[in-house]
Amino acid sequence: MSTADSPLAALWERDAVKIGVLLAGIYLAYVLVGVVLDYGVRGQLNSIATLTFYVALFALLSLALNLHWGYTGMFNIGVVGFMAVGIYVMAVVSKAPATEAAAGSVGGLGLPLWVGVLAGTVAAGLLGLLVALPALRLRADYLAIVTVAMSEMVRFTFLSGTFQRFEVGGLVIGFGGGSGLLLDFGSPVEQLFDALFLGGVYDGLVGLTGTVIENNPQPVTNGLLYGVLLLGAVGLYYVVLGRLGNSPFGRVLKAIREDEDAANALGKDTKAFKTKAFVLGCALMGLGGILWYMTSGAITPNTYRPRLTFFIWIALIIGGAGSNTGSVMGGALFAALLFQGPRFLQSVVNNLVDVEAPSTFGQALAPIAGAGDLAPLGFYVIDSVRQLQLIVMGLVLIFLMHRRPEGLLGHRKEPAASVELERRPDRETPYTDGGETDE
Amino acid sequence: MSDDPTAETAAGEPTSTSTVDSAEHDENGPDANNDTTVSVEREPDLRDDDAPDPEEVPLRVDGLRKEFGGITAVADASFQVEAGTLTGLIGPNGAGKSTTFNCITGVHEPTAGTVTFRGEDITGLASHTVANRGLVRTFQIAREFGEMTVLENLMLAPGGQRGESLWRSVLPFVRDDVVGQESELRERCWETLEFFEIDHLAHEFAGNLSGGQRKLLELARALLTEPDVLLLDEPFAGVNPSLEERLLDHVHELRADGYTFLIVEHDMDLIMDNCEHVVVMHQGSVLTEGPPETVRKDEDVIEAYLGGDV
Repeated sequence: MSTADSPLAALWERDAVKIGVLLAGIYLAYVLVGVVLDYGVRGQLNSIATLTFYVALFALLSLALNLHWGYTGMFNIGVVGFMAVGIYVMAVVSKAPATEAAAGSVGGLGLPLWVGVLAGTVAAGLLGLLVALPALRLRADYLAIVTVAMSEMVRFTFLSGTFQRFEVGGLVIGFGGGSGLLLDFGSPVEQLFDALFLGGVYDGLVGLTGTVIENNPQPVTNGLLYGVLLLGAVGLYYVVLGRLGNSPFGRVLKAIREDEDAANALGKDTKAFKTKAFVLGCALMGLGGILWYMTSGAITPNTYRPRLTFFIWIALIIGGAGSNTGSVMGGALFAALLFQGPRFLQSVVNNLVDVEAPSTFGQALAPIAGAGDLAPLGFYVIDSVRQLQLIVMGLVLIFLMHRRPEGLLGHRKEPAASVELERRPDRETPYTDGGETDE
Repeated sequence: MSDDPTAETAAGEPTSTSTVDSAEHDENGPDANNDTTVSVEREPDLRDDDAPDPEEVPLRVDGLRKEFGGITAVADASFQVEAGTLTGLIGPNGAGKSTTFNCITGVHEPTAGTVTFRGEDITGLASHTVANRGLVRTFQIAREFGEMTVLENLMLAPGGQRGESLWRSVLPFVRDDVVGQESELRERCWETLEFFEIDHLAHEFAGNLSGGQRKLLELARALLTEPDVLLLDEPFAGVNPSLEERLLDHVHELRADGYTFLIVEHDMDLIMDNCEHVVVMHQGSVLTEGPPETVRKDEDVIEAYLGGDV
C-alpha cells in the first residue's frame, strides 16, 4: 500500500477527487477545442450538454454492470435488453392515451412520468428475475449465452407485428413494431420542475440562459439541466452501490466471484445472493435505459442491438471491473474519448479544412497509387469515422485485455466492509501468547 | 468390543485385495449388502453402549452409498463421530474418503444412506444449509478468496450477519446497526488472526499467501462460522513439518475448547498419533474402526495399505 506523503497525494487518494479531476480534464479539453473552433456560447453549451449526457449514462450503466461482473462475477452480456425493456415499458405506461378513433397511432396508459420510470425499472428487474431463475444455476459462460439471447429476444419481441398495437380496456397500446414509438410526454426536465412546483424558477433559469443565447434558449437549458440530473443519478448509483459493496452483502458477492463453492461451504446461500444482485443490477440497467432514451423523442427496437452492451463492457473494462470509482471513470473516459471523441474530432477536422471526401474506398486509394497523394484517404477516413469507431473500440479492448486487464486504476484493494479494516483496533487483546510473530 | 466388527468385516472380505476394479462391481453388490447387515447389527450394539444421545454423538453416517454412473465411489460407509473427539478417517487413494465427505456436507447427494447431525437427518441438504446447522468443512486444496484480503476472508465467515440483507446494507439508519455488528465482528476476526498467528498478513490478498498459510486461513475461516463439528479434508497435505506441528497444536487446543473434528488424512502415522478414534475406509466401505492401537494392528488395514493396491 502506498501511503500518501504530501497533502496533494493524500487528496488524490480520495476517490471523489480522482473522478472530479478526470471530469474536469475532459470538460476542459472539450471547452478548449470549442474555443479554438470559435463555437460560440450556444455551440459550447450544446457540446457540453451532449458530453455530460454520454459521460453520465456510460458511468451509470457501467456501475450497474460492475455489480454483476465486477462484484459477483456474473457474465451478463444482455445489458441492452434490460435497457430496452425499461424504456419500452416506461413509454407504454406514460405515453398519452389513444383510442380506436385515432387510427394508426399507438398510445399509452397516460400515467405520470414518474410512474412510468418506476414501472420501467421494475419491469427490467422482473425480467432479470425471470432470466436469473434458470440461468444462475448455470456456469458463467452459459449465463452469458442466456443473457445475450434474451436481449435479442427482447428486441425481436418489440419488433414483432403481434405486439405492434392491441387494445386494453378501450385504450390502444403496443410496442409499435418496426416503426417504434413516439415519446410524446415532453421534456422530463420541465415536468420535474413542474412537479416540484418550481415551474417559475425554471422559467427564470431559461430567461437567464436567454441573456447569453439569442433565440430559443429553452432546448439548451433543457439539455444542460438534464445533464445535471443525470450526474445526480450517477451520484445516487455510486452511493447506493458503494454502500452495497462495502457491506457484508457485498462481501458475499465478492466471495461468490472468487469461489462460489467455498462460499457455500461457509453457509452462504449463494443462489439467493446472486439472484438479488442480478435483479438489482438489471433494474438499474433498466433505469439507465430509461434515462438514456427518455429525451430522444422516439424509440425503435433496432437501436437496442448487442453492440450497445459491448460499449458498456468496454467502459467497465477501461475503468477496471470490481471498482465503483473505476466504473465511473471508465464510463467517462469511454464516452469522452471513444464514443464522442471521434465524432468531435470529425467536426474539428471539418471545421479546420475543407473536407472533400471521396465516396468510395477505391477513389480514396487511387490518388496514392498515382501521385502519392494521401489527402483523399485521410478525408475518407475522417468521413467514415462512425464506422471506424467500432474498429478503434475493438483495438482498444484487445490492447486493454493484453496490457492492463485490471483497468485504469490498477489492482486496487477495496475491502468490502462497512467499517474500516485497514486499521487495527487499538484495544490490545492478549488472546494467546503469540500475538506478534514475524515469519 | 471394537474387535467384533473388525472380525466380521475381515471374514466378509477375504478376496477384496485380489479383485480387479471391473470385476468388483458385480461382487460389490452382495458384498455391500453383507456389510450393511453387518453394520446394522453392529450399530445398535455401539449405540447401546455409548448411548445414541445426539449431544454425545453429533454426527452419524449410516449405510452411505454414492454411485457416479457405473462407478461406486462409496459402497457402504457407516461410522459416527463422538463429541469432543478427534476422529480420523483414513484409507488409501480411491477409498472413497473425499466422496464420503462430500456426501456429508451436501456437495453430493448420496445414492443411499443417511447422515444424521445432532439428531436431525441432514441427508441431501444443500451445503450452505448443512454449514448453517454447525457442520462446516474445509477443502483438500485450500480455497481461499484470492482477491480478498485475509481479514475480508475472515469477516465473510460468521453467520447471521445483519448486513447480508440487501436493504439493510444500503438504507440509512438501519445501516448503523450493520456497522455496529461489523465492529464487533472485526474484533473477533482480529482475535482469530492472532490465535492462528497470521495477524501480520491481515491486509494481504489471500491469493498471495503460501500454501501453509492458506490452510491456516481456511481453518480460521471455518472456525468463525462457530461450528459444532469441523470436517477437515487433508488439512496437512502439502504443509511443511513445522507448520504441520502448529496446525496440530491449534486443532488440539480447539478440541480442548469443545470442538469436534473429523479429519480425512492420507498420513497414517499422523492420524494414529493424534486421533482418539480412527475409521479406516477401503474400496468404498468402512474396513474397520476403533482406537488407533487396535486399528494399527489390524491385518486388513495393513494389507490395504501395503498389500494388493501397491
